[in-house]
Amino acid sequence: MNPEPQAGIDEGLRSELSKQGIFTTKLADIYNWGRKNSVWPLQFGLACCAIEMIATTMARYDLARFGAEVFRPSPRQADLMIVAGTVTKKMAPQVVRLYNQMPEPKYVIAMGACAISGGPFKQGYNVLKGIDRFIPVDVHIPGCPPRPEALIHAFMTLQQKISDQTFAGPNRPRHLDPAAPSEFPVPQFGEHDLVPPNNRNVWQPPARARHE
Amino acid sequence: MLSPEEIKARAEAAVPGAKLDIVPNDSPSAQRSLLVDASHAVAVATFLRYDVELRLDYCSNVSGVDWLDAEISEKVKVKKVVDGVEKEVDEVRKTKRPGYLEAVYHLYSMDKKHGPVVLRMRTENRADKNHLPSLTPVWRGAEFQEREIFDLYGIIFDGHPDLRRILMWDGYQDHPMRKDYVEPDDYEYEPTPHDEVLEKAKRQAAAEAKP
Repeated sequence: MNPEPQAGIDEGLRSELSKQGIFTTKLADIYNWGRKNSVWPLQFGLACCAIEMIATTMARYDLARFGAEVFRPSPRQADLMIVAGTVTKKMAPQVVRLYNQMPEPKYVIAMGACAISGGPFKQGYNVLKGIDRFIPVDVHIPGCPPRPEALIHAFMTLQQKISDQTFAGPNRPRHLDPAAPSEFPVPQFGEHDLVPPNNRNVWQPPARARHE
Repeated sequence: MLSPEEIKARAEAAVPGAKLDIVPNDSPSAQRSLLVDASHAVAVATFLRYDVELRLDYCSNVSGVDWLDAEISEKVKVKKVVDGVEKEVDEVRKTKRPGYLEAVYHLYSMDKKHGPVVLRMRTENRADKNHLPSLTPVWRGAEFQEREIFDLYGIIFDGHPDLRRILMWDGYQDHPMRKDYVEPDDYEYEPTPHDEVLEKAKRQAAAEAKP
């Protein structure tokens, strides 16, 4: 799992011990192993991507194999928000509010073209150009809608991300960082658009490619 | 199924004071529609619904249309004296038509199995006189679609039981489906812009080049 040598113990000794039936590990590894295999998603869907998300949880694709079979109906009990579908500007404050109500550690998968960029509605008046404008997104999945395999791949990517996290340092999870924010401002309904239209602390406009 | 002329005659006979116009249609379908004046619209709609010949009991669709101010040019033959000889000369006459908002109802009969009859109502202008009578009391199914027209075009339906915005939020000031809608300036870089998006991309590039 972790290619780096175990801190404080010689790799040869570790291998020798494991042959004798003694398993050694780091506290961070076993902590992350437990966390990544019990990620409970929040049960909510916004559009057609939610149908694929439901298919992923059912017997054929069986997301339960990855420890994520329990879709929680309350944000208080959920670790993972799968933003599955079009986020309209009218819905965006509620999505951010749900995210704020989830306890740390929490993760976000933006599923499908609409959730990551606005998709086919990007130039419209009523659709948010990606949920990453208001909340931090861990994994983006393109597709319209993405197949269940893509969601499983995103989930495994998220598991890898969790298992790579450490107790200290810049790569630590947010709940171990007292300075990291757990809640993000909920946008208000303005007269012409959401106010503010995006949160510059989590999102910056994409850099423009210049063709001179 | 009665022709538009017959429907017009029956409705005008049944509803005193009502005035219906037949709106021509140049497209291949040639589906003509009936334009009803707003003050008699509810009475005419009730007549269309309960008349024994028509029984238009199902309103399948209500749409809004935004017509901007337009200049209509038509060719008129005018007699003129040219070089002492009277001749017929083609002359282009231009008339200005003020803009208006329109609500279009598509009516069918489940009972008689015929339709559609297209019913139109027009507001006086696009700004302040944007009221129309609601036909929801006649066809309950029009309720949400009239709300949608109110939301996206800004037609106010008098007599509607629950006239609120349905897609955008309360407090939103614009009517996004109007042709003069100005969307918020939130263009973001796109790798392959085209059409209107290309115009936005050029504007953004020009704005970035200035400082």
